[in-house]
Formats: sequence, structure tokens, C-alpha cells
Amino acid sequence: MQLLNASGCLDALAAPEVARGLDAFVTKTVTPEPRAGNEPPRIAETDHGMLNAIGLANPGRERFLAESLPALQELGIPLWVSVGGFAAREYAETCARLEGVTIELNLSCPNVDEAPESAAEIVAACRAATGLALYAKLSPHAWDIGETVRAVEAAGADGISLVNTLRGVALDARLRPKLARGSGGYSGPALKPVALAAVLAARRATSLPVVGMGGVWSGRDVLEFVACGATHVALGTVLFADPDAPARIREELQEAMHDAGFARLDDAFCAAVEGVAKLAN
Amino acid sequence: MPKLRRERRSVVAVEHVGAYVLLRVDRGSLEPGIPGQFFMLEAPGRVLPRPMSLCLAPRGELAFLLEPIGPGTRALAALERGDRIHVLGPLGNGFRLDIARPLLVGGGIGIAPLPYLSEALDRPPAVLGFRSEYHAVAAALVPNAEVVVDPVLVTDALPEGRDVLACGPEPMLEAVRVLHPDAQLAWEAPMACGYGACYGCVVEIDGELKRLCLEGPVLCSS
Repeated sequence: MQLLNASGCLDALAAPEVARGLDAFVTKTVTPEPRAGNEPPRIAETDHGMLNAIGLANPGRERFLAESLPALQELGIPLWVSVGGFAAREYAETCARLEGVTIELNLSCPNVDEAPESAAEIVAACRAATGLALYAKLSPHAWDIGETVRAVEAAGADGISLVNTLRGVALDARLRPKLARGSGGYSGPALKPVALAAVLAARRATSLPVVGMGGVWSGRDVLEFVACGATHVALGTVLFADPDAPARIREELQEAMHDAGFARLDDAFCAAVEGVAKLAN
Repeated sequence: MPKLRRERRSVVAVEHVGAYVLLRVDRGSLEPGIPGQFFMLEAPGRVLPRPMSLCLAPRGELAFLLEPIGPGTRALAALERGDRIHVLGPLGNGFRLDIARPLLVGGGIGIAPLPYLSEALDRPPAVLGFRSEYHAVAAALVPNAEVVVDPVLVTDALPEGRDVLACGPEPMLEAVRVLHPDAQLAWEAPMACGYGACYGCVVEIDGELKRLCLEGPVLCSS
């Protein structure tokens, strides 16, 4: 099991010591053209989570490749590059320019107008463009996550990441949206049950590696994701609240495993796979 | 980039100062930093911590002035002596202190960083504005302050020929900038993390959206 960050929830160049606490660092999504992102306010806390509408702010593919990527490589941490775009061709062009990294295709940002192509078409275009490992990051909004997982696997994905945020709205005292964009991506503790269900659905549909994320706050949460079939787990909103979360969560995981009666994480995972088989109906 | 320091510290006192609350925590091995820098304070029961600039740095303590107006600041104001909260910081860029004729300008809860700044600059003159006499009680925290209360504005009372260091609501900062284009201004923005991870606190600097937590919160207005 590798512990990662969720894309867009950490800047390894601003806080390298936090990134070094992870097994690999996942970049903020890179799009072909530079994007300033959405107007502020871009974030709002809610009672059990937070909304963000950053809008894929990033320096664009060329500046990323020329400046950010070499600086990130100097940190000596395994890298995952989150790739975004507005057409399958755009995703594929970025994939073709990358070397020595794992790629996570962001097929599910709730804060921009999404690519009209289906997730499977985008994965197929990227598969044709690169031999690097390709993870498809999916939205929790899909009615049948298993169907999407099978489609992206057939298109050549090497792994699945889920979930991205859920679309949400928060209103201020005068009943106006707190975010300038209106709606945003909902994350944090409230997302966890939704994410666990999505991981379970993915595990029922595939034997590919699955990165589980959504509201992970503790070692116990990591264990729950593994028990639903995640092979890796990513930290998102918790990093905003606690930059020491990677080390803390690793420590807590040992205790959580012991409390749940598992000597090894693999045992919890195997129990999950057996349990999922029983859930076939 | 200095290493992030986060510690669980004990509340020493929670003191009411007019409409505001001065939250004092024991310092542990946290540094007070440069005036204008800020800390992220864990707000019990809330998902995200809250950014607060340091108000005072008494021996062995860090003190933060806050206005209990939302769920986070109310949770912080409800803390009691002996409660423990996580404190991350100091963060961001503070005020430049190498100036000849400083004048501190503050509006409302924006006076928060001025007591510590005043100490560092050997108690220079200050002009503080508040929306009521009750809020103006907090002016006692800043030495040598001239106080104005709404409808009088701080910009009605600014002397000429001073190096202005200001913190307050955005309209006040914009008005100060018009009168003193070289002023150092401490801005505020919603912030989830305080250390460059969330991209929530962007403001436009030199035509680009930049993260206030890394580039600020103190910006030179010219």
C-alpha cells in the first residue's frame, strides 16, 4: 500500500518535507494551456467538509515541463503527474511528453467544463500515446461506477483513482453562494462513505490497482479504504488541516490494524476481496 | 522555504477586549516570527484551521486577537484555560521593519498584528478605526494610537510624510493605498492550509493570481 496525496492538495515545491512523508507525490492537474483558475472566493468550509472551486489553476504544459517538473524531480520523490484537458487529443499530447512518471488522468474535475469525450475515449487516446502507467481518476457522480471502471480498463488503464470531489453549494448568511463560481467540489470527512462505496464498486469490477481517497483523516480511515479494496490511499483535505498527517496516519494505521485484528495490511485487503465476492448481488 | 512547525499547545487565557477576544497559548518551541506573519490555529470541531496573525508575543506565549463572528472564530473564543489546540507557524511574509518614519494604520480586527509590530518598531504613532466605541476598546493594545470611530475613517486622520504599515478591511487598504502608494499592506483571504497547498487564497499580484499565504500576507502596494 502506498500513501499518496490527492492531486491539488499539496505543493511539493512549497512544502517538500510534507511530500517526503508520502510514497509518491501527485502533481496538481496540468492542462495544455496556462490557467489562472477561478475568481476568489474559491474555498468555503462547511460543517463536515469543504468546498473548493480552484478551477485547475496551473502554469500550462510547457512551463510545467520546463520548470515545475525538473524542480519536482530534484526532490527525489516518485512522481505522479495529473493530466487534464478539454479533449482526448489534449490529454494524449501531454502524456506523450512525459517520461519516468506515473500518469493520473483527471477525468472528473467538477470545477471546469468537462471534456465532451467519454472517459474511455480519453484513456484510449492516452494509451496510444504513452507506455507509462495510466490511472483514470473518476468522479463519484457516475451512477454505475463499475461500468465506467470496466470501460476504462478495456481502453487500457493500468489503475483507477477514486473519488474526485462531489459537486456542492454552500450559502452565506444572506443566502448567496459562498464561492464566486457558485458550486464547487465537496471534500473532507463527509465524502468518506461515498468514496468507500465507490472503491468497493471498483473492486467488484476490476482487479486493477485502485487508489482510494475521499475524507481520509486517520489510520483507521486508511484501513477502511483497504478493506473496501483499495491498493493505495491518497490524502486530500486532511493535508490542509494537518501537514503532519502522513506520519501521523502511518502510525495510527498500525494501531488500527491491530485493533481490527489484522496482523498485516494484505490480510485486510484479502478479507475485502473475499467480502466483495460475497456481495456479488 | 523554512520548515513547517506545528505543535499542540495549551491555552493560557482567553480575555475579552471589547468586541474581541485575546487568545493566549503557551509558546512551546514555536517561534513568534516577524510581525505580520500568521499562524494556523486549530478550531475545535471544525474541519479547517483558521489563519490568525500574531498580536502579541509575551514571554513564553503567543497571543492572537480574534473577532468571534463565524463558527471557527466562535470555537476559538469558547476555548478555556488548559484546552489544547494545534498551532502551525509562523507562516508567510511579515512587515519590513527597516523604515524611517513608521505609522501604523489599522481598521477593526485588522489591528490584530499591530501590537506586536508596535513593539518591534519601538512604539511608533498609530491611527486606528473602529465601527463602534465597544470595538474601539481594543485600541488599548496599541500604544500611541489616535482612534477614530465610524463615520470618521482612518484615511481622514492620516498625517503626511510617513511610512505606512496597515492592516484592515479591503476598502480601507484600497483607500490607504491611494493616499500612500508605497504603504506596506497586510491583506486577508479565505485560507484552508496556510502553506501553499490549497490555492484558495489567491489574490491578483502584478497581473497574476498568486497565493497570499506564500507571497503575503504583507504586500508592498506599489
